[in-house]
Amino acid sequence: MFGGLCTPSDLRAIADVADKYNVPEMKVTGGQRIDMFGIQKGDLPAMWKDLSEAGFVSGHTYGKAMRTCKTCVGDTWCRMGTQDSTGLGIKLEELTWGSWMPHKYKLAVSGCPRNCAEATIKDFGVVCVESGYELHVGGNGGIKVRVTDFLTKVETEEEVLEYCGAFSQLYREDAHYLERTAPWVERVGLKKIKKAIIDDEENRKALHARFLISQKPAQIDPWKAHAEGKNANEFIPITIE
Amino acid sequence: MSDWIEITQLDEIPVLGSRVVKTADENIAIFRTSDDRIFAVKDACPHKQGPLSQGIVHGTAITCPLHNWKIDLASGEALGADEGCTNVYDTKVENNMVYLRIPVD
Repeated sequence: MFGGLCTPSDLRAIADVADKYNVPEMKVTGGQRIDMFGIQKGDLPAMWKDLSEAGFVSGHTYGKAMRTCKTCVGDTWCRMGTQDSTGLGIKLEELTWGSWMPHKYKLAVSGCPRNCAEATIKDFGVVCVESGYELHVGGNGGIKVRVTDFLTKVETEEEVLEYCGAFSQLYREDAHYLERTAPWVERVGLKKIKKAIIDDEENRKALHARFLISQKPAQIDPWKAHAEGKNANEFIPITIE
Repeated sequence: MSDWIEITQLDEIPVLGSRVVKTADENIAIFRTSDDRIFAVKDACPHKQGPLSQGIVHGTAITCPLHNWKIDLASGEALGADEGCTNVYDTKVENNMVYLRIPVD
């Protein structure tokens, strides 16, 4: 459900799975996905199979990994919107899904500076404006709230994707394990990050290229292997007298 | 002490994974470490009875999926600052078969 965008058949597929396996509680998440709670472990492989066949991939909420890209409806449906923020969010998520990180990693794209997608408390946030895209980094809505730092402004979606890939890769190569972007940016300084990504075009392209290479083996849905039978016996209890 | 109970082939337990053994009284979690050692503990964290069998195995410890408590698989004792203990059971592996021994009253 990239960018939070979904179709009636997506929602129907999710509802069918919830009905079929008696999911006790469901919830719409802050990252614009749908939670299912209270599932029995033994039901997981069959549920993953049904969801996988409906076109869904794991949301990686359990991982030190890219989570979701929150978006607003953008200029398609909002009179304030300046760009297609939903479409850009989907492209960003197609680029980054499945990537492992030093810690969890969240994206957002807001269609205008009113910032309905709360892009300025994300690890990498985009705020669309009439003349392009403002890129913000190092935000966090957690225990210690931190507003992003303004990285730069670019003019095209292609540039947003390149800067996102480069920033993500720099973070992965430079940060400590379990260090969110907010403390990382404060530790190393925004100046160093700007120097590596903004001032040095060659380095930015090299970082982005490395990110793309690493994504090739990373974008494999871990649910799917289990739905197809990996470690199937793990989900079946052994009963003794 | 009761006799050894035949549980399953070693290969039927995923490496760094677990299986649940259901007895009449309780669930027992059987773990396999990266070097193929087998441990069995009661499938309930001493903290809030989280299912340890669904946790993450590292070294000879398990991290509970509910609140990140770390339990030593050999002693059943909570590691670090946490205090608590879960039951442990004897295991052995012979000819690739895993055996479990459950004490009787």
